[in-house]
Amino acid sequence: MVAFILRRLIQSLFVMFFVALVSFSMFRFVGDPVHQMVGIETSLEEREALREKLGLRDPVIVQFGNYIAKAAVLEFGVSYQHKRPVAEMLAERMPATLELALVSAVFSLLIGVPMGVYTGLNRDGFFSKMFLSISLVGISLPTFLIGILLIFVFSVQLNWLPSFGRGGVVDLGGWTTSFLTVDGWKSLILPSITLGLFQLTLIMRLVRSEMLEVLRTDYIKFARARGLSNRAVHFGHALKNTLVPVITITGLQLGSIIAFAIITETVFQWPGMGQMFLQAVTTVDIPIMAAYLMLIAFFFVVINLIVDMLYYVVDPRLRVDTGKATGHG
Amino acid sequence: MAETPMTTGRGWTDSIRRFFDGDIWHSFTRSPVTMVAAGITFLYFFMAAFGPWIAPHNPFDLASITLLDASLPPAWMEYGDPRFWLGTDIQGRDVLSAIIYGSRVSLLIGFASVILSLILGVGLGLISGFVGGAVDAFIMRVAEIQLSFPSILIALLINGVLRGAMDIQDQADLAYTVLILSIGLSNWVQYARTVRGSTMVERNKEYVQAAHVIGIRPILIMWRHILPNVLGPVLVIATIQLALAIIAEATLSFLGVGLPPTEPSLGTLIRVGNDYLFSGEWWITIFPGAALAILVLAVNLLGDWLRDALNPKLR
Repeated sequence: MVAFILRRLIQSLFVMFFVALVSFSMFRFVGDPVHQMVGIETSLEEREALREKLGLRDPVIVQFGNYIAKAAVLEFGVSYQHKRPVAEMLAERMPATLELALVSAVFSLLIGVPMGVYTGLNRDGFFSKMFLSISLVGISLPTFLIGILLIFVFSVQLNWLPSFGRGGVVDLGGWTTSFLTVDGWKSLILPSITLGLFQLTLIMRLVRSEMLEVLRTDYIKFARARGLSNRAVHFGHALKNTLVPVITITGLQLGSIIAFAIITETVFQWPGMGQMFLQAVTTVDIPIMAAYLMLIAFFFVVINLIVDMLYYVVDPRLRVDTGKATGHG
Repeated sequence: MAETPMTTGRGWTDSIRRFFDGDIWHSFTRSPVTMVAAGITFLYFFMAAFGPWIAPHNPFDLASITLLDASLPPAWMEYGDPRFWLGTDIQGRDVLSAIIYGSRVSLLIGFASVILSLILGVGLGLISGFVGGAVDAFIMRVAEIQLSFPSILIALLINGVLRGAMDIQDQADLAYTVLILSIGLSNWVQYARTVRGSTMVERNKEYVQAAHVIGIRPILIMWRHILPNVLGPVLVIATIQLALAIIAEATLSFLGVGLPPTEPSLGTLIRVGNDYLFSGEWWITIFPGAALAILVLAVNLLGDWLRDALNPKLR
């Protein structure tokens, strides 16, 4: 167990190191940082002094070391565009993105799992076929188009739900939440459906194929032979055993949800990190881009780590000493 | 060795006949959905190739568009104008013509970036599988890290970096290059992993060892002997990647870091039209959106079918 966690930790550190290298190179070699920070009227001497102060004359290795040391204490420099510390800007916008990601993950699980169970149990039912074909169309549609369609139907035509922003927000000591107002919840509906739809189809298809697989196994036949009710067989025995891959995929998808929020946040003008990142890409605000990359990488790595450990907890087979077991490298 | 025209001709008719007798054509004629998808895809290609000749108007000819025609609804609606089937946008441009020109741009960028990632991915995969060792470990590690992030995020990053590195003033001219590079560079991993796998299998086969023995240079062995034998699955990946590349281009353009409104792709059209959704001119954005969705769905279905047809195990 310890060896397993240690190995995964080293792998994660390697990934973070690589991402840090990429984000440092972006910061250092794309355009001239000094040129971006000062105005036109700054004299040559002042520029040189700033260059010295920022340590841009040190050897590149030393600069990289400094960059990592600063990133470790969440110091990502100052935005070129807004002249404010990047860490502060990210912290302001993080709650919006995380709440959106959380709600859409829960939404995709709550709808996706029952739909998967249903289509798995009634393979040839009319609704199963309908769900599956709709999900194929859903996968083909780009995220931003789904968002536009939802806005068109529910905001423009029916005028039921707001189409932009977070609605009423309550500030809980630095963490702004839209969970505490009706308006906030209403504003969450369309963006989280847009963001969660792809995950929903993924989870549905996964649960379906796992159910089909599990229902063919011997222990299900045995459970039926023991005279257990359909309900007990389907939900107590079959569904329970399909949940391991579902946990993994949902966990891993949480990272992509946060990244895909870039698109959804733009469509719904949601004031989150993704929207800020996109503005940074448009204006080539490298410090924000670099910091966002590091942050997303960190999310991915942590989520991957947690999912791996969950797997370890849920599936007893993995707990066998890896030295003896085959197949699990 | 030069072949005579005669044998080339017979070779061609032979292979064409083999194709129509073969499994692939057979499974094609058995799947009506695939035939419809192929028809639609062909229609788009035709539209892309001959756009300027079949479009009813030229949306970029400032002389022919007038503000008097602005914001007309589709022809079948009240106040619609029979000259503009799908209506006009805020500047009086024909939406149908804009879609035809836009599909042309979308397909062009889609193809170019698929070719770029194909060359990059197949090349790196070949090297990785053939050379092995540290080179292989390095390439595959980079691939793994890149694969763990969504490709749209990588494309956005490359896009930002490229636009920072190039002179931003020339953005309009460079927009094509930046888009193709950012989509192409973010999608090579799939090819590399597949080709690496099959290269490692081929590397140990007798014909490769024989080539080594008679002293052919490794580069030539990779190019002439291994490459033709690992290309099969690449075709399938490329078809599915075409759909993904078109989506990526549309997404980037929609997000405002793709093509400018002066040279709109389908994504740019949707972005521009989106501003008028609330004032009731839904046709400016919904029709390009539908055109994009149909194109992507058709290419996706073709890709799925091709994957199943080339891999009998999956059937």
